[in-house]
Amino acid sequence: MRDGMGPWRILRAVMCCIVAIWLLAPLVVVVVISFSSAPFLQFPPPGFSLRWYAQLFSTPAWTNSLLVSVEIMVPAALFATVLGTAASYSLVRGRVPGARLVMACLMLPIVVPGMITAAALFGVYRGLGLNGTLTGLIIGHTVLCLPYVVATVTSALRVQDARLEDAAATLGAPPWATFRHVTLPLVLPAVLSSLLVAMILTFDELIVSLFVSSARVRPVAVQMWSNLLGDFDPTISAIASVCFLLALLVLLADLALRAGKSSRIA
Amino acid sequence: MNDVLALKGVSKRYGAQVAVDALDLTLRSGEFLTLLGPSGSGKTTTLMMVAGLQQPDTGTIRLNGASVADLPPYRRDIGMVFQHYALFPHMTVRRNVGFPLEMRRLARDEIARLVDEALELVRLPGLGDRLPKELSGGQQQRVALARALVYRPALLLMDEPLGALDRKLREQLQLEIKRVHRERGISVLYVTHDQEEALTMSDRIAVFDHGRIQQIGTPEELYDRPSTRFVASFVGDTNLVSGRTVSMADGVCEIETSAGRVRASARQPIANGAAVVVAVRPERVAFVSEEAGLAGVVTDVIFVGTARKYAVRLSDGTECFVLRQVGAASTAGVGATVRLSWDAAHATAFGP
Repeated sequence: MRDGMGPWRILRAVMCCIVAIWLLAPLVVVVVISFSSAPFLQFPPPGFSLRWYAQLFSTPAWTNSLLVSVEIMVPAALFATVLGTAASYSLVRGRVPGARLVMACLMLPIVVPGMITAAALFGVYRGLGLNGTLTGLIIGHTVLCLPYVVATVTSALRVQDARLEDAAATLGAPPWATFRHVTLPLVLPAVLSSLLVAMILTFDELIVSLFVSSARVRPVAVQMWSNLLGDFDPTISAIASVCFLLALLVLLADLALRAGKSSRIA
Repeated sequence: MNDVLALKGVSKRYGAQVAVDALDLTLRSGEFLTLLGPSGSGKTTTLMMVAGLQQPDTGTIRLNGASVADLPPYRRDIGMVFQHYALFPHMTVRRNVGFPLEMRRLARDEIARLVDEALELVRLPGLGDRLPKELSGGQQQRVALARALVYRPALLLMDEPLGALDRKLREQLQLEIKRVHRERGISVLYVTHDQEEALTMSDRIAVFDHGRIQQIGTPEELYDRPSTRFVASFVGDTNLVSGRTVSMADGVCEIETSAGRVRASARQPIANGAAVVVAVRPERVAFVSEEAGLAGVVTDVIFVGTARKYAVRLSDGTECFVLRQVGAASTAGVGATVRLSWDAAHATAFGP
């Protein structure tokens, strides 16, 4: 049964193929169209050309927005990872009064609809003059990424044996040395993994960016959105393909990270 | 006498539950002291407070004469071995053992030398480049021992270090730990719930129950002269026979039970007619032929290698065990009616 081609096995293979096609087909269409020679969205494309990529990288609106997105992504993902890891560590290991409440607050951006978070940030930023600034976008994206980091790192910390930290203390390691030599190396795969997730999240985040950005500081997701609202050409599929490629690279990095980790443990 | 460790009036509660209750305890230099007791009796909590991983609610703990109240665990210079080894999984054996030396900022070649020496001491040379998961449980515990000894702490704490190992390995490591204790002259505070292990290894044993020390003394003292009924039944195999006192003289009382009369020594005077329990070791019980002692019927004979263990049901239903060396004169078969007796000095009566 296990080796034969039973009807269930065939059915399962067919189902898997259907799901894979269902998920991948739109992506394939977008990528294919980005190499089209036609001046409008047409599938299958009449011919091959790189004109939309040339167009993309020669239009300042696109290149600026890509740059803005990277300028948001790098600090926001780093801040979220560092702050989220620190928060997880103190919430899981420390004796923080009201730890559950703090944890719930950190998780809020996942629970609350994005629109509400965005409107709230917009309101707060108006008083602080942060609307339309890079700083405002970085802070907003950091807040949005925090819950993902906290969820990943707290679960890694909970799995790890706290007695290892007790052992380190009895062996003469002060708290910071214990964290650096024992705790952090053991949860590092989770920390790096959440860094990568945070990078993907900020790169295609739209709602908060829409509220908080301005014409001068405009991340790529907002640029794509406004482009789609107007007359658009296959440049949009070229930028979509670029974003897809970036996400794919990050996912592969994460995969490599996990593979490295499991080979060390096996 | 020079005390390495002294606890005075130490208490610890968890909510409404008292884990350790006004504890006094001293550990002499070079001594192997075992805290023995059932789980939840406060022995591990005591150890954790000495290590600084738990804070006592009241009382003082002194290490080499100085209070450690304000000293965090990493400044107490105590070695500790945990039940589940607590080796750092991402470090090799050498780095694990070298970790406390790294924390003390020793020179690299000095660390290498001391690590080699420590691995030699626990008989694990040549495994330094392995990761902990590549070692057996017994080897991992040896590494943990080397790691706790490598910086030559004055005091070594061990929290059920052999609890996760099988019997044979446990006995082997018991001897190893004794040898290391002897060779290094280190003071050891050892926690276990295994009374056999405690009797084998310790200079002195403190028997814990409900957060209090029931008795503290050498293994012989505890075994031969238990001071409470709990100690008598927890340390070693014990027969417990209940009855009422009929007379008391010179520390020896006569006890009437429904299976006959027996004699036992008492630590405190017991009023006539009081309900008592007599504790006596199976190897101290003899079969007697005359009409004396307790009447019973042999229900089972168990061969245990060097000895035979006889299960005897007394006429009041109490189950008693008698241990006789193989080849001893007095024996009995299953179903035989027997009489049991003992020397009053070897039995202890505990009052109500």
